[in-house]
Amino acid sequence: MYDVAIIGAGVIGCAVARELSRYDLKVVLIEKDTDIANGTTKANSAIVHGGYDAKPGSLKARFNVEGNAMFDEICKELDVPFQRIGSLVLAFDHEDVQAIQELYDRGVINGVPNMEMLDREQILALEPNLNKDIIAALHAPTAGIVGPWELAIAMAENAIENGVELKLEHKVTQIEKLENGYGISTDKGKLKAAYVINCAGLYADEVHNMVADPSFRIIPRRGQYNVFDRSVGDFVKKVIFQCPTKKGKGVLIAPTVHGNLIVGPDAEELDCKESIETTMEGLGFIREQGKKSTEKVPSHAIITAFAGLRATPSTGDFIIEELTEAKGFIDVAGIESPGLTAAPAIGIYVLELLKNSGVILKEKESFNPIRRKAIRFMELTDEEKTELIKRDPRFGRIICRCESITEGEIVDIIGRKAGALTVDGVKRRARPGTGRCQGGFCGPRVMEILARELEMDITEVLKDRRGSYLLTGPTKVDTGIEESFDAVAAAKEL
Amino acid sequence: MLNYDIVVIGGGPAGLAAAIEAKKNGVDSILVIERDRELGGILQQCIHNGFGLHIFKEELTGPEYAQRFIEQLEDMGISYKLDTMVLDISEDKSLMVMNRTDGLLKIRGKAIILAMGCRERTRGAINIPGTRPAGVFTAGTAQRFVNMEGYMVGKKVVILGSGDIGLIMARRLTLEGAEVKAVAELMPYSGGLTRNIVQCLDDFDIPLFLSHTLIDIKGRDRVEGITIAKVDENRKPIPGTEQHYECDTLLLSVGLIPENELSKSAGIQLDSITGGPVVNEAMETSVKGIFACGNVVHVHDLVDWVTEESRRAGRNAAKFIKDELWDGGPSFRTAAEKGIRYIVPHMVRVENVEQTVDLFMRVDDVYTNVNMVVKLDGVRIRTITKKHLAPGEMESIKIPTKFLKEKSGGLLTVCLEKEGA
Repeated sequence: MYDVAIIGAGVIGCAVARELSRYDLKVVLIEKDTDIANGTTKANSAIVHGGYDAKPGSLKARFNVEGNAMFDEICKELDVPFQRIGSLVLAFDHEDVQAIQELYDRGVINGVPNMEMLDREQILALEPNLNKDIIAALHAPTAGIVGPWELAIAMAENAIENGVELKLEHKVTQIEKLENGYGISTDKGKLKAAYVINCAGLYADEVHNMVADPSFRIIPRRGQYNVFDRSVGDFVKKVIFQCPTKKGKGVLIAPTVHGNLIVGPDAEELDCKESIETTMEGLGFIREQGKKSTEKVPSHAIITAFAGLRATPSTGDFIIEELTEAKGFIDVAGIESPGLTAAPAIGIYVLELLKNSGVILKEKESFNPIRRKAIRFMELTDEEKTELIKRDPRFGRIICRCESITEGEIVDIIGRKAGALTVDGVKRRARPGTGRCQGGFCGPRVMEILARELEMDITEVLKDRRGSYLLTGPTKVDTGIEESFDAVAAAKEL
Repeated sequence: MLNYDIVVIGGGPAGLAAAIEAKKNGVDSILVIERDRELGGILQQCIHNGFGLHIFKEELTGPEYAQRFIEQLEDMGISYKLDTMVLDISEDKSLMVMNRTDGLLKIRGKAIILAMGCRERTRGAINIPGTRPAGVFTAGTAQRFVNMEGYMVGKKVVILGSGDIGLIMARRLTLEGAEVKAVAELMPYSGGLTRNIVQCLDDFDIPLFLSHTLIDIKGRDRVEGITIAKVDENRKPIPGTEQHYECDTLLLSVGLIPENELSKSAGIQLDSITGGPVVNEAMETSVKGIFACGNVVHVHDLVDWVTEESRRAGRNAAKFIKDELWDGGPSFRTAAEKGIRYIVPHMVRVENVEQTVDLFMRVDDVYTNVNMVVKLDGVRIRTITKKHLAPGEMESIKIPTKFLKEKSGGLLTVCLEKEGA
């Protein structure tokens, strides 16, 4: 019997898990996928929003501003890449100026600190690549960029270090109310918990409906992005938003914490919660729309495209509450943008809800908020590098030539709590394969290391989810070579 | 810090030939740095034959071709380091390198020869929409899995792009029991050698769809199918021409890019067309004493030409060490004109040329019955009639130095003209 079961190991589930790991509770984090952060958390704009966008009085507004303020500390404790680079919302005509003035006013009510309006000269001095016909911009210096999956993974790792259990590849199929808690059925067996936190992202409505009548829907709303090579990573210095108009919110252009540039997203409501494909129309739209901010978008340097699904609630705001009809069951649903920013604050709010529901929160003395620093070999000094290779020669072997990632780093992130089990898992934690060759060189080597470290056959190594097998078997073992020769010969004769 | 006369970066065909030639020309202190576990570079995964027809007058496989150079290198006692990555080159020709045994190591060369080869263009670089499932490989990565690691990458395959590696892999995967359903090429002509189209596709009845592109990839976890469509003259898909293929694997053979991240760190000037360094007749880059050869300069069609070019680089690097390379005298710039995509070298100093000035180039389209016309400051000095020219094949023109010797310098251009014009 667990005290608390968290369903879903996205950034929200992980934030809740980490907060709960401070207390003397038996907590389990249940995830249907092969890895943490494998849904919306891995495919979004990676922005820590200022907080002027959400409607005053909404949960979005509250947790955006509260969450934003927590990022410095949490990212320091957990060694997560985060940069408070500020954001600009651009205005190109009078209507835009009015709109950003409204954003400013809203920001003031929401409690966003230090916002300012900039004029053309100030903007172009900060961002010389923007279109010259700009007239004004709203500057929010507290906005920033973060590694979203790094944040989720780090929170999960820290939570596990502090006693939380992680169950990957456990898909919740049914939940029944028990006398003093819930029976949770998964495809890998049953477990019991006194309290359930529903952090199931796109599927939060379905999990909710397992214990209560439908009260909201989660609408998958797809957004597509292009990622650019590091050579153009400093094309803009801040997060560049376009002014929200009747026609839409526009696309953003921003550096990433990994030194790349990101442009996107569009927004498209879909029926299917698995439709993460990019489309020619979507990518075409973001490319055209990006030109509104700057004609000079360096399209030659695009290295990849991806799409993510926002978990948009039919209610318009985050849904974070204990169900009246199912005591001890807490929905944390509809966490679309600014959900990443809000995550740390939501984690704390869930604690409050649990406390109000009767959970006794007794702080653990052994809680350690610090996550062991990730080794980023290339950021070390020459002396440190030399020392490290002497201690462990695997740091002397570069696996990813584009990003200069060593074997030592990859072995480290496989061995950690909530460590990598798949090629994409390695990629998200240590970044091999994210560079300009997109894994062409390091792919086979990463698979070799995964197979060795996890003691499996290389043909069992997955790219990502179950079913994303990479190799179909060894060559030269009854492959029917003779037959194929015969077939070709026969075809020739015909 | 280690000091050498010549440091060669890359132990593939280019680096091997350059190092051997430098040694033959009297330089003893040479180091070859290779990032892989063995010498030979990409040749080690090219287990098909067809290598060496020009250099050895016989048909060898890639590993056999490489082995001849590796043995010669060993016999000559040229040092090399395996599993070693060059992290950085400075303009003063010092390198920061790293491996498991030496750790971090600074190495200085009086001359450096860049022979890093090229890498494959990826899916992202050509912005293919669709899902991102497992089963999308660049042709070269698939080749490494199949030929070096001994694993198959799939059972039903479609190949996008008709570059040589893609064509070779179409045959290779067929021989390993996979079903290669089609090859789709965006351009109205193939990017590969004619002999590869015949021997790798036609002989196995694999259809080649020219002027076609990939418009969709299906499959959430593993590739389940792809859709190709015919493109119009602006390379835009034509609605109604879509063809869907069920497959578990998509190979990409959509071009090669010279690998010049290190060249950039050394401040070397690059040619935006080739993606490689700007070089002179000695294969010397814009940084004095740093030479470059092979696919890091421009993508070659045959390894034989890589060997020739790299020998020239090795010979001239040796001259540089012995202070026998001329920097003065008449010099000529080269420029690609109508029908020609690029010319290597970019500059020719006649004093350093032994017999003929050899210009290497690729054309920008398929042409029949045209003249390749060489002009010096606008005046025609040579005309070569060609029955057939294709972008997939590298062309070369030799210009006797007598045309240039009396001049004090000028501009050498090559263009295509209709025969009889």
